[in-house]
Order: sequence, then C-alpha cells, then structure tokens
Amino acid sequence: MRGGQEGDFRAPLDHQMKNELSIVICGEAGQGIQTLETVLVKLVKKAGYNVFATKEYMSRVRGGVNSTSLRISARPVDAYVERIDLLFQLGLDLTKHLRRRIGPLTRVLTEIGNNMTAVGVVAGILGLDRSVVEEFVSQYFQAKGPEVIGNNLAALRKGYEERLDLGIKIVTDPLVKEQIMVNGAEAVALGALAGGCNFIAAYPMTPSTGIFTFLAQQAAAFGLVAEQAEDEIAAINMALGAWYAGARAIVPTSGGGFALMVEGLSLAGMLETPVVISLGMRPGPATGLPTRTEQGDLNFALYAGHGEFPRIILAPGTLAEAFELSARAFNLADQYQVPVIVLTDQYFVDSYYNTGRFAPAKVAAAPAIVKTEADYRRYQLTKDGISPRGIPGYGDGLVGVDSDEHDEAGHITEDLTDVRPRMVEKRVKKLAALQKAAISPTLIGRRDYKTLVVCWGSTRNAVAEALGALKKRDVACLHFSQVYPLHRKSAEYLKKAKKLISVENNATGQFAALVKRETGFEFDRQVNKYDGLPFSVEELVEALNG
Amino acid sequence: MVKETAWCPGCGNFAILGALQKALAELEIAPQKLVIASGIGQAAKTPHYLPCNFFNGLHGRALPPATAIKAANPELTVIAESGDGDMYGEGGNHFIQTIRRNPDIINIVHNNMVYGLTKGQASPTSQYGMKTPIQVGGVFEEPFNPIVIAVALDAPFVARANAADIEQTKEIIKQAIRHPGYSLIDIFQPCISFNKINTFAWFKEHTYYLDAGYDPRDRQAALAKGLEIDRFPLGVIYRQENRESFNSHHKLTAPLFQSKPDPAKLAALIDSKL
Repeated sequence: MRGGQEGDFRAPLDHQMKNELSIVICGEAGQGIQTLETVLVKLVKKAGYNVFATKEYMSRVRGGVNSTSLRISARPVDAYVERIDLLFQLGLDLTKHLRRRIGPLTRVLTEIGNNMTAVGVVAGILGLDRSVVEEFVSQYFQAKGPEVIGNNLAALRKGYEERLDLGIKIVTDPLVKEQIMVNGAEAVALGALAGGCNFIAAYPMTPSTGIFTFLAQQAAAFGLVAEQAEDEIAAINMALGAWYAGARAIVPTSGGGFALMVEGLSLAGMLETPVVISLGMRPGPATGLPTRTEQGDLNFALYAGHGEFPRIILAPGTLAEAFELSARAFNLADQYQVPVIVLTDQYFVDSYYNTGRFAPAKVAAAPAIVKTEADYRRYQLTKDGISPRGIPGYGDGLVGVDSDEHDEAGHITEDLTDVRPRMVEKRVKKLAALQKAAISPTLIGRRDYKTLVVCWGSTRNAVAEALGALKKRDVACLHFSQVYPLHRKSAEYLKKAKKLISVENNATGQFAALVKRETGFEFDRQVNKYDGLPFSVEELVEALNG
Repeated sequence: MVKETAWCPGCGNFAILGALQKALAELEIAPQKLVIASGIGQAAKTPHYLPCNFFNGLHGRALPPATAIKAANPELTVIAESGDGDMYGEGGNHFIQTIRRNPDIINIVHNNMVYGLTKGQASPTSQYGMKTPIQVGGVFEEPFNPIVIAVALDAPFVARANAADIEQTKEIIKQAIRHPGYSLIDIFQPCISFNKINTFAWFKEHTYYLDAGYDPRDRQAALAKGLEIDRFPLGVIYRQENRESFNSHHKLTAPLFQSKPDPAKLAALIDSKL
C-alpha cells in the first residue's frame, strides 16, 4: 500500500515525451487559474489537439495553492500524469505534492504577469496561428469591454513572443474537431437529461455541485424542476415524492450528504419507489478532505440503509460511460423500482478530455408507468417481485405507498404469517432480475493475459494507459462500470488469471473484498492510494511493474 | 382504505378525519386527484382511513415529498398531515423551509401536545410543567409556537382549530384547500390515553373563537393573536395572497409524467461542447 510519500515517483519524470506536452498552472485561489484552464482547454481543442485537464484545489475561496494539469497530445489522452514539462507558477508558493512532480526537465515559469501570457506561451510552443488565438481571446473577453480585451491581447502577445522551445513537436489529430470536450460532471448531467431527468433536488456539496449547477442552468430550457433543498434529507424525500408522482428525479451528493440520505434510501427500498443518486466521492471520514478524491464510499453505498432491499451501483470509468450509465440509471430505477447509485469521485467529475459526441438515442428514456384500473394495488404480488407501477392521478385507481410493512394495496400490516414473508420475498427477489440485467465488466488489453488488474470507476483510464508501458506484456485490465450486483460472467475472467491485482483509490480494498465475497476469488496483490489524489499513470506503471 | 383504525376509542383523530372527509366531499375532490403525504405517528395513519392516494413516508418527512408531489403533478390536491412531534420536532426544519418555499399544499397538524405512539413523552408543543416518564421533573422547554413562526415566515394561510368543533374544522380545511400557496392548520386534539392535562375540557376552557370583526389580513394582529397562549384563539389567524408559490416560480402547470424529452434540444446542448 502506498500513502503517497514525497519523492516516490522520480524515475518516470525524467522521460520527456516529444509528441505531448504536460502543463501545470498553479496559483492561489482567486488568481484566475480557472479562466486560464477554460481558455487553454477550449483553444487547444479547437486547434485540433487532444487535451486532458484535471484540477486539484483547496477548500477555500482565496489564497492557498491550487493547480490544473493539462496534457496536450497528438494521441487521445484521458488520464492524469505526474510528469510536468512546463509549470506556470502564478503564486509565490508550491505545495509538497506539486513540488515532488518537478523533474530535471521541467521548465518552471514564474512571474509571468497576466494569465493570458501563459496562454501566449503555450500558443507559441504549439505554433498556433496567432490571429486565430487573438480572435479567440477577444471573443472570450468580449462582454468585459475593449480595455480588458486590449490588456489581455497585450499579455497574450508577450507570451507568444517568448518563443519558448521545449523540443516538442505535436501534430494535430483530425478526429478531435468532431469530438466534444466535457468533464465528468457534465457527462453525468447530460446523461441525466438523456435519461429523461425532469426533477433535481440537492444540497450543494463538493464534488457534486457541478452536476447540480449544470442541471439548474438547463432547467428552464428542458422543463425540469431544480430545487435547492434545506438538507440532504429533504432532497432525497423530495426525489422520492417526485418519482412517486411520475417525475424522474436525481439527487447529486457526496459522502456526508449521502449519510443524511440513508433513511431515505431505506425508504426507497421499502416503497419500491425508484430514485437515482449521483454520489461523488471525496476522502472521509466526516468532512475529510472536502475538495480531494477517493474511492472510499463503495462499502457505504453497498450497505447503506436499514433492512434488506436490493440496489444497483454503477461506477463509470470514462466520460462516455458516465453519459450512458447516468441515462440508463433512470430506466433501471424505473424498471426495477430500486435505488440506483452512480458512483463517481472528485477526480472524475473535475476531469475533462475530448471524447466522441454522446448519442442520446441509444439511452432514451423509457418510462415504466402504468395507467391504473379501479382495483389497482401498488404492491401486487408478481412472479419476479416487480409490480406494475401506477402514479396518482393517472387512471381510476388509488396509489398508496407506506414505509411500514404493507399489504398489496400499500396499507400498514402486521400480518406476520402471510403478508410480511411475501413482501420480504417480493423485494429481495428483485435482486435476481438485477443480476441478469447487470453490465458486464470490460476487458482492456490482450485476452491471453496471465496477470489481471481489476479496477472500477475512475481508475480505468490511468490503468489502461499504464498497461501499455509495463515491462511484462501479459497483463490485462478488467474494469467494472457496474460494481453491484456483479455480472454473472465476472468470475470467468478472474478464473483465467494466474495473478490477480486490484487497483483502488482507497486504503482497504473495498472492491477487492466485494469481489471475493461475490466470486470467491482472492487478490494476490492490492494497489491502493489514499492520499486524496488520483492515481497517476507513472505510479501505476511503477506499482504494476513491481 | 382500511376500516379498522389503530386509534383509541374517543381519540380526537376521529373528529379530524371526519372533518377532513366532509371538507373533501363538499369540495367534490375525487380520491384519485387527492394525495395525502404523512409521516409517522398515530395522526400520520390518517390516509389509511379514507379513500385517497397516499405517501406514508418517514417520521418528520411528510413535507418534502408533499412539495415534490405537487410540483410533479399540479393537478393533484396535496395534503401533508401528521402530528405535532412529527411536523414540529423531527421535521421542524422542513416545516420552516416549506413555508419559505411556499408550495400549494395544505399542512394539517394534529396537535395533542404529547407523543402518543411512543406512549406519553413530551412533544414540542407540550406545556410547561407536564410530567411524563421521561420529563420526570416536568417539561421546562418553551413550547413550540407554530402560529407565530408561520406568520413570521409570511405563510399564506395560518389557522388553528379545535378537533371537538368538527364544523369549524371542516370549514377551515375547505378554505385552506381553496387558498393558493402553503396553508397551515394546527388542530388541537386531546390524546385521551397519554395526556391527562390537555383534555377536551381543557381545550374548551383554554380557547376562544376569533370574533367576526377580526381581520386576518393584518399581519401584526396575527402575530399578537399567535402570542396569546393563556387562551388560544381559534379560526383563520392570518391569510394573504401576495407570495409567489413554488409551482408558479418553477412555472409548473402540467404533470411532469406527461413531459416528453426534446432530443433536438439535447443534441444541440451536446454539440455546444464541440
């Protein structure tokens, strides 16, 4: 296990790549790093380069040291690297975790003045058409008036004229122009819209605020209700009320907020009312590291809620998966009348890269609501445990749901000889249907592997990139985008491997334990990281070579 | 609906149920167009005893789903109904925030000044000095005053009724249903099993009817009425129609289940990320 001591990853940092540029911009909160990131990412993507960007920041509004890491490349890039080719230091200070990323070949630029100077420097290195860059920057600051535009253009030119030569030559990629540039939060939010989401209730909490913000800003255009609840308890209870009345609701939150939702989650299990929870993980316990990343809440998502009821937990590894799974979460919740939790983390929601245009038609909303007859019973016993779901005001029937144990009509019961056992069986047996519908894990790399690296959620891209740089060639990766229930064939992949390694951004190997419980297979090694930062490609290469 | 109730014979809940059913019948609200959201407790079982759609959820949490149900389908009449412990104690913050949010729902609170289902502990509205198995030295906390809080938050409709007067309770419920925005009806109701102090006779002695000259549109007067706690005034204490409701703010007019996603709009939004 690795806690992330300083100086761990020196070796790979010496390798400068010729067809790729790794830039880090760091400075105090309030110095405009965010603007710089936005302008650079858009500009470089527009010019036809592959881009990956991720940020790490402190839980404060001013001061401190925040940084954005950007990879600009000839080939698609979608994971975090430690290596820095060019570091723009806007503030006076560096954090320990940034300092250790500086290698012998890192060019550090301080006192660059205006942020746009940094944009100019990068544009100069890439040899971007100066008039195109100037046009872009003018457009960007248009609303702020001619003086602001003039100042920024002057700064831009200053940077451009530095003519910094890092010995890097990156060719553009014709595919990039056809691709979109989004971060994980946007992918989840766009997926929700594709899945027919029309109600969002949430309490702001990092790292899930971005999803809430995005949907709130689209509320008027898409006719959805976006309400800031007084707390997460209200949020999930609103979501359940909304689903009960025929809406499709999502509640984005993080661990602490999810903790407050736990009784509501159990209520969803009892009412068999669908709900979609987008759980963006950050390091705990308690407030932990509010703006950092971790995969520490898998067990919590798995076991949250008193009583026994089934659930689905999804954990996208790519932006495309985030869009697709976020959309499918609504149909799964609706069809099986269970809570669906979409697990992401700070690293995932805050990371951008160019990716194929999302295709909403493939995951279109398929509401599973029935028009009720006069004798409608919400909890009618059926073979698979799934009762036709009516909603109030649609049909001649009445729809009653109760958090107490209830009979088929939803009324409170204490019939322990017949109704209680039947209702428990009804709820529990839905798990069999969920298992059948489970999403298969993805094998990345060669099929005749000897070593299998198992990961889930946000670690996918870094593991996949690391595979290509390993000494041994017989290593493959098995990524789970659905972590519960597991797909039936999961064990077959594990069985074929001589050696099993798990990679998790947590300290205790929660998924490894789950896999063992579900399949019986034990991991030979666990690679864990729990310092609040994501895995870099380099440290995975080192760990998997070892 | 269930015929046999879980209430004690002589419980004030029967009177409230009767008044509610009469009000609904007189307003000709079809059971299919009615949703009652409730929490936990004896009062919260009310929706099982009349024909209606119901969401009998968690303790203290009737108001958030009621708000969302009304938002998801504005064509429904939505009532959130529970006891004083549920609405003012466990759900106290939702009570405050729901009044601020102002959904077009009716909030009926059965106020018997005691916890019944858990057998006789103090509730937020228990009066000073009430001795219980827990509050052995008597209640020392200031009783919660829902009327003053609701008026302070400019709730559109604030009323207090006495369950013993079924006719007046019914009339107030009817007015509340017709009134736009959030309505609070706090209904005094004796718990004949666990509250030996606040009995039918006590409520009769400690209440009076607001006279015909009282103007419920006068907010200052309403606050003053709310602060009267030696003899509690009964009737519509405050009403106004000035506030934007949750539904009108979100421009919700049609049921959300009928809304169809617009693929072209979504495609355009995705393309804006090119």
